[in-house]
Amino acid sequence: MNGHESYGIRIPGVDPGELTGWLIVIEGTDGVGRTTQVNLLRTHLERLGYAVAETGINRSDLASRGIRRAKEGNTLGSNAFNLFYATDFADQLENQIVPALRSGFVLITDRYFYSLVARAIVRGADPDWIRRVFSFSLKPDAVFYLRIEVPDLVPRMLLDGGFDYWESGMDLPMGEDLYESFIHYQKRVIEELDVLAGENHFRTIDATRPIEDISAELCRDVSAILTAGRHSGDRWLAQP
Amino acid sequence: MNAPRTYGTNPHPPAGRLFIVEGIDGSGKSTQLTLLAQWLKGEGYPVVFSEWNSSVIVKVTTSRGKRRRLLTPLTFSLIHATDFSDRVEREIMPSLKAGAIVLADRYVYTAFARDVVRGLDPSWVRSLYRFAVTPTMAFYFRVPHEIALRRILSGRPKLKWYEAGMDLALHADPRESYRIFQSRILIEYEKLVQEYGLVVIDAAQPVEVQQRLMREAIRPHLPALGGEPIVHERA
Repeated sequence: MNGHESYGIRIPGVDPGELTGWLIVIEGTDGVGRTTQVNLLRTHLERLGYAVAETGINRSDLASRGIRRAKEGNTLGSNAFNLFYATDFADQLENQIVPALRSGFVLITDRYFYSLVARAIVRGADPDWIRRVFSFSLKPDAVFYLRIEVPDLVPRMLLDGGFDYWESGMDLPMGEDLYESFIHYQKRVIEELDVLAGENHFRTIDATRPIEDISAELCRDVSAILTAGRHSGDRWLAQP
Repeated sequence: MNAPRTYGTNPHPPAGRLFIVEGIDGSGKSTQLTLLAQWLKGEGYPVVFSEWNSSVIVKVTTSRGKRRRLLTPLTFSLIHATDFSDRVEREIMPSLKAGAIVLADRYVYTAFARDVVRGLDPSWVRSLYRFAVTPTMAFYFRVPHEIALRRILSGRPKLKWYEAGMDLALHADPRESYRIFQSRILIEYEKLVQEYGLVVIDAAQPVEVQQRLMREAIRPHLPALGGEPIVHERA
């Protein structure tokens, strides 16, 4: 493979051939333990001698504050929210992911645009349209999908401090109360992530397994990808 | 549902009318739209204005991005689509449904022209705006960029960074950069005139001549007046 191609349109000013690093995605709904896994994976890869950077969605310098403000007031139109998230994601892609890949880093991202596509579709966006909007996204080397069924998710959310308004889809809403809405909303998000998983060859991991088991699998699979080599001939970083 | 995949297939609801003006800065389109609003209000129509880049919530982010020069061609495109989407949902569509005459100063064609000059894929930009309603009539104010530049510089001391296309590093001098950038935009606008049948107004003509042409073009598309206005204009 030669660099990182996008899913559709080229980002102006970005040469895919320059992107010699690796892009590793950890996907899954809230409460599946993504953050824990990202941290364990990072430590493992750094121990092997790889330069690792991490990011997540909704952390951009440009738009994350604006999104937070809009969420507080619940005042933005639903489609505008979809595009605001796309703006935020694009900013992060260009300012965090692209530079890291150019520098030959392993970039681990805690969720990717798939989550944003899923949340938009659940909120009524046309599935083809929203995929097209995000088609500037770079294709990753691997997507690990921590998958869980809603009944297994509920106790985790309770331990995690309860149900979040937005993660429960209360802006829609999908049920009488936070609990009801959470169940329906998460069920729909998982359905959409499952569709995306099939389309994009996610490696699905049962998130109810013990943390150490999942981590061992992740570390093994990612190491194998890295050992297979870089995207282009630029091999200035010694292979472990 | 067989949803349209690109812009231009989403007709406006029958109750209202949507008239929009396009053209580069300094083409005089805003002046013409203001005069049109005066006339329509005088005739007794409920008129609602919608300006490019004016969504209250999104604008904070756009302004910050412009001020700090954080915007790339991609995020410039997406943030303007966000702003527009918010206005469609909360301003343009409700007003049209209520039967208002909506006047928009710049519309999707502004994005089609600018974003493509900034290097984005033309069909992607069109699909981004798929949700937009097609205007009843769209006017393009055609003006040579030398005239536009003179008009702009007479009213303002300096050209703005993005307006002059300085983000594209076309030229170190803002005036030169503006010239190059705007001439490329003019080329895109001419393509849009063909593609979407924009009504061309020669913006080098006297103001009152242009206004008369606009009113003549619009008149057959106006709904019959009767009863009380459904919507009152916002302050």
